[in-house]
Amino acid sequence: MTTEVGSDTDVKKEPEKVPEVQQQTDQPDEPADSAASASADQPQEESQSAEAKSDQEASPSPEPSSPPAAGGQKKEKGISRFLPPWLKRQKSQSQDKPDESSAPPKQESVEVVKEEQEETNQPKEEVDGGGAVTTSTEQTEEVKEVREESRAEELQPEEKEREEEKSIGSADTQPVREEKEDESEMEEKEEEKKEEEKKEEGKKEEEKKEEGKKEEEKKEEGKKEEEKKEGKKEEEQVIQQEASVLSTLKVNKKMKMVVCHVTLLDGSQFSCEVEKRAKGQYLFFQVCDHLNLLEKDYFGLSFKDNAEQRCWLDVTKEIKRQIRNSQWQFVFSVKFYPPDPSQLTEDITRYLLCLQLRQDIASGRLPCSFVTHALLGSYTLQGELGDHDPEEHRLDYISDFQFAPNQTKELEEKVVELHKSHRGMTPAQADAQFLENAKKLSMYGVDLHHAKDSEGVDIMLGVCSNGLLIYKDRLRINRFAWPKILKISYKRSNFYIKIRPGEAEQFESTVGFKLPNHRAAKRVWKVCVEHHTFFRLVSPEQPTKTKFLTLGSKFRYSGRTQAQTRQASSLIDRPAPAFQRTSSKRISRSLDGAPVVNVSDYSQADGAGENSPALELNSDSKSQQVEVMERPNADAATSITSETAFETDGAGAPQRKSKLRVQGENIYVRHSNLMLEDLDKTQEDVLKHQASISELKRSFMEATPEPRPSQWDKHLTGSPATTLRLQTHGVPQNTPPRPGTDSRDASKSAEVKPEGNEVIEVVEETVVIEEVVKAKPKSSTPEASVPVETEVKEERSLSSDSESEDEAEYHAQPPSTSISTQQIKEEPEEEQEAELSQQAPPSAIESQPSAEAADPGPAAEEEKAAQPHEEERTDKPLLTPDEAPNGHAPQGEAPPSPQTAAADEEEPHIVNGSASRVETEHLPQVICCSEPPVVKTEMVTISDTFAAQKTEISTKEVPIVHTETKTITYEAAQLDGNGDGEPGVLMTAQTITSESLCTTTTTHITKTLKGGQSETRIEKRIVITGDSDIDHDQALAQAIKEAKEQHPDMSVTRVVVHKETELAEDED
Amino acid sequence: MAELMSGFGCFTHAMVRAVPQSLARDALRSGGLEVDLLKVQEEYEEYVSVLKHRLGLEVLELPADEALPDCVFVEDAAVVCGDTALVCRPGAQSRRRETEAVKAALTELGLNIVEMTDESATLEGGDVLFTGREFFVGLSKRTNQRGAEILADTFKDYAVSTVPVQDALHLKSFCSMAGPGLIAIGSSEAAQKALKIMQQMSDHRYDKLTLPDDSAANCIYMNLPSKGDVLLHCTPEEFPESAKVFEKLKDHMLIPVTNQEKAKVDGGLTCCSVLINMKKNI
Repeated sequence: MTTEVGSDTDVKKEPEKVPEVQQQTDQPDEPADSAASASADQPQEESQSAEAKSDQEASPSPEPSSPPAAGGQKKEKGISRFLPPWLKRQKSQSQDKPDESSAPPKQESVEVVKEEQEETNQPKEEVDGGGAVTTSTEQTEEVKEVREESRAEELQPEEKEREEEKSIGSADTQPVREEKEDESEMEEKEEEKKEEEKKEEGKKEEEKKEEGKKEEEKKEEGKKEEEKKEGKKEEEQVIQQEASVLSTLKVNKKMKMVVCHVTLLDGSQFSCEVEKRAKGQYLFFQVCDHLNLLEKDYFGLSFKDNAEQRCWLDVTKEIKRQIRNSQWQFVFSVKFYPPDPSQLTEDITRYLLCLQLRQDIASGRLPCSFVTHALLGSYTLQGELGDHDPEEHRLDYISDFQFAPNQTKELEEKVVELHKSHRGMTPAQADAQFLENAKKLSMYGVDLHHAKDSEGVDIMLGVCSNGLLIYKDRLRINRFAWPKILKISYKRSNFYIKIRPGEAEQFESTVGFKLPNHRAAKRVWKVCVEHHTFFRLVSPEQPTKTKFLTLGSKFRYSGRTQAQTRQASSLIDRPAPAFQRTSSKRISRSLDGAPVVNVSDYSQADGAGENSPALELNSDSKSQQVEVMERPNADAATSITSETAFETDGAGAPQRKSKLRVQGENIYVRHSNLMLEDLDKTQEDVLKHQASISELKRSFMEATPEPRPSQWDKHLTGSPATTLRLQTHGVPQNTPPRPGTDSRDASKSAEVKPEGNEVIEVVEETVVIEEVVKAKPKSSTPEASVPVETEVKEERSLSSDSESEDEAEYHAQPPSTSISTQQIKEEPEEEQEAELSQQAPPSAIESQPSAEAADPGPAAEEEKAAQPHEEERTDKPLLTPDEAPNGHAPQGEAPPSPQTAAADEEEPHIVNGSASRVETEHLPQVICCSEPPVVKTEMVTISDTFAAQKTEISTKEVPIVHTETKTITYEAAQLDGNGDGEPGVLMTAQTITSESLCTTTTTHITKTLKGGQSETRIEKRIVITGDSDIDHDQALAQAIKEAKEQHPDMSVTRVVVHKETELAEDED
Repeated sequence: MAELMSGFGCFTHAMVRAVPQSLARDALRSGGLEVDLLKVQEEYEEYVSVLKHRLGLEVLELPADEALPDCVFVEDAAVVCGDTALVCRPGAQSRRRETEAVKAALTELGLNIVEMTDESATLEGGDVLFTGREFFVGLSKRTNQRGAEILADTFKDYAVSTVPVQDALHLKSFCSMAGPGLIAIGSSEAAQKALKIMQQMSDHRYDKLTLPDDSAANCIYMNLPSKGDVLLHCTPEEFPESAKVFEKLKDHMLIPVTNQEKAKVDGGLTCCSVLINMKKNI
């Protein structure tokens, strides 16, 4: 705690220093508009501080003070900043692009900050506390990295680092550092990885030395802070001193050693001294060496985090960062249960698996019938004791073994009876028999996580080698095999899987589950990613190597897959190692020890559920803190409504990088090609990706010839960031065969959060973005030919939490209509199909409504052109927003004229542009009026738990608060060829509400059939809730940008800004 | 070598129950058809004869209970798997007491008896499809979630998946196992839908034997020591098209069994017996 206090003070100090630092760091990376950045600086600070607060869960008190001050400024800037960031993009950016590509996509300094924070949050939340605090060095590291590229020498960066540090004042800059920490972390880690790997190969000692001063310095600092957290006063003092002296003293502190305690499968303890900065790998290998285990890929180390949750130690990352303040206490256990243990090469591996399963069984994690308990127990006896010896083996000889959670005399008798029948069986044979039977158990290798379905009903998510299983009580109510899963993602405490449409279904659906908290959601996600990779892929996907990557969670399983490990183990050429069985070591101990281990292990599986409450506190606390802080600010009652109508091209949207990050977070796309990781890819890689993407498209599109590749190519070839984008986007867009119809259920269950945010939330901003989707050439999907209107309504409350942004993804896919209800969808699908067959010319870019038929080639050109245009656009919108804020334009609809004009100009270039026109006019009114201030929305999770049943529920509660409300609507001036006025035939209508701690997103997807053309209209309502602490303008801009990016095929036809401010009365 | 989940279709005993007079008038039925009691009895006797004489099973015949018009459909009263018998709690009120005699008989056989004490749970054996590797439980008018949960708790080794049943009395009204890994399934929409769900829910691959008639998809598969694969199925008189499908199963010992009259009271072939394997596997 002492440390945290320190950090708090740092936070306060930061505002002053932060801007400088950021600018320094940002400049290289972010070509973004100066204006935006300038305006953004404060927001950054604020957000940072807020983030920092949220991150530092333990230290709420000091922080609150800082944000309010900043908040006041924000408000003033408020609307002016609204759309600016993305709208403002100027051509200069395009020039800068190369840089951007290399660097993480940062359009807006603000965005960058947020995202970075997000990233930082994740690691912290996930694993460790260290991250938040560690920093002074890291910040500089980022800069370093940038420079490194150019210079490629570490020394120089170091120097710079130091210089910077000095200038900045090392300790004070913490918050800033935090932000960058993510990046730096990633980068660091990668670097470290390489280095460490080398080192590991060599000698460990050397390793440390080799790391070099700079790393050490960084590490040292990190350590110092971490150490502080640990509460080791001795070190703290030293560290603090060092911190003050920083650069000079760092060197001295290398190589601190820590003793790790590892509980092995037989219950024994293994202790091992590791360097404090060592990665998990080191420890893991130590343990495996100790065990003489070669087939180690099935195993892992786990630890308990602060919330007593079992977490797997990521071997590629520093131990310290993961365990945070927790003890250096680990458990060695089976991570991937081989479906067929007989294919394991070595008996010792099987034996270890047996030990794990005995634990699983004794703890009840692996349920068995009586007979099975008896049978497996008898093999255990045979394996451990050999043949039954009537002389030596009385009944009590087995009392030391635990065969079942509730071991009865009857069971023991049965075990003995069966044991007698195994006479002559060798231990290895007994183990093999044990495994042959255990593997058949339905819960074998199923990693269970508590969750809730759409109705708040407790369910269990079971991750196993085959896929994801859904249980209610002991009943399996659904199953999603890996091949059926297109994408895995999590946002906040929600976990989503995107399902490949079945034979009869033509649309993807997304199923959401509510986990007890964010960490639990991420944990499930990680486990899924790992299991999928391990069991389903031949080789792991390449981890992201981008140094500047800011994407959310880049986590990927980087170990060997089962296929690889099998191959590797087939090469094992050593005499079967002799190993001691527990019985020979200590008969009674082996199983006795197990229970202890079980607890920890069990927690892994169940941890999410059981421990969740504790976890919740952590994750939720953030939001709470933030909110609390916000309140005071909220008092200032300012109501500003600005509506902005603008058109967005699909093409333009994709190129925004900021979005990429958002999507990137937490999303795991099944197909390696589509993975987000490849920022660094070279052109060749990009091309490969493209090829793979096109394959995907083909597969998805059933016989539909490839849509114009040109656009894809362009995107792909563009800056790395662009590539990413495509990859992320590509999946959603391409995957849905008939995009128009797909709607996803991002449903969420009521959040468990104790906070009761609803009442607390003071200021809300609602951004309604209507997008008209034109058949996009990009979307290879057949629907492209069909003009589709999509209204996207997003309700989003921006919280400090970056992760909220993830939602965008789901909504992003306009085509995807979540069909949890198959029945509903069926009709529309058929219709679409017909259309598709006619209209789906492979190469043709179909924007029927627009009548712009762009050839692939031209399209590409257009895209290029589009960017500049977009930038232009952004500028224009800026103008309007500025006006609005200044005037605090009352509810009147702001004349869209400037925007419109811009839009018109742009349109020609934009492929989709024409489509956008169509819908624009209609939308505004509908959207504007429709939404009352939404304070909070109950979350409902729609899950397909029953294949046959689907439930959507959304409830909105409007708290009674005195508020001022102003609404401004901007509409795109463009006229619709189709005319919205046409009633059309309603094909489908869906409402999806999703909510996370601070975010409420409501998406209405309406599909109508007009004159033979299907329109998809997506209305997104984004509720941004918070005080002045939150930069609403920025948030709004971000939201709009995201919406655009999410639905590149669509155009934004209307933006309604509804600002509600709680009146002074509420100030208490 | 002792092994779990082996010997699917191996049975040594069959429990049946005689036809009560009251069946003709009082037995539950969805069709409202007149039932010829004599024919029912004939069918029953043929059925028992096949089990006993053709297949050599130990047939345990319970006496009819006139107060229980549906008691001949003994399958609904208990689910036996391995050496454990779950005594059901039929969803139909009039059938609750059928379990008493069944339970007594199963206890007599030395099976581990598990009873459903939960008053909110309903389960009828006709909704329970055991494939050899897992259970599917139809959620129907007669069986609810709670009943399925209890079944899952009873047979812990196996995955128990629920399958909504629509337009049919029981899950097994339109499907059954026709061999190891072979599901006989009717052609109706409801049947096909249920099959899809089952396929999705399962870690295992099943082949399917699609039959034109839903009712014909209710057949009895056994794997008997001296006989190999045995399949009791519908007669050509009853379902000519479906019978042809069965006849394509060359490796099976095919035994057409008449079920025409019992079908009028929603009885299938499987309904009239509880098959038990008393041979010690483990």
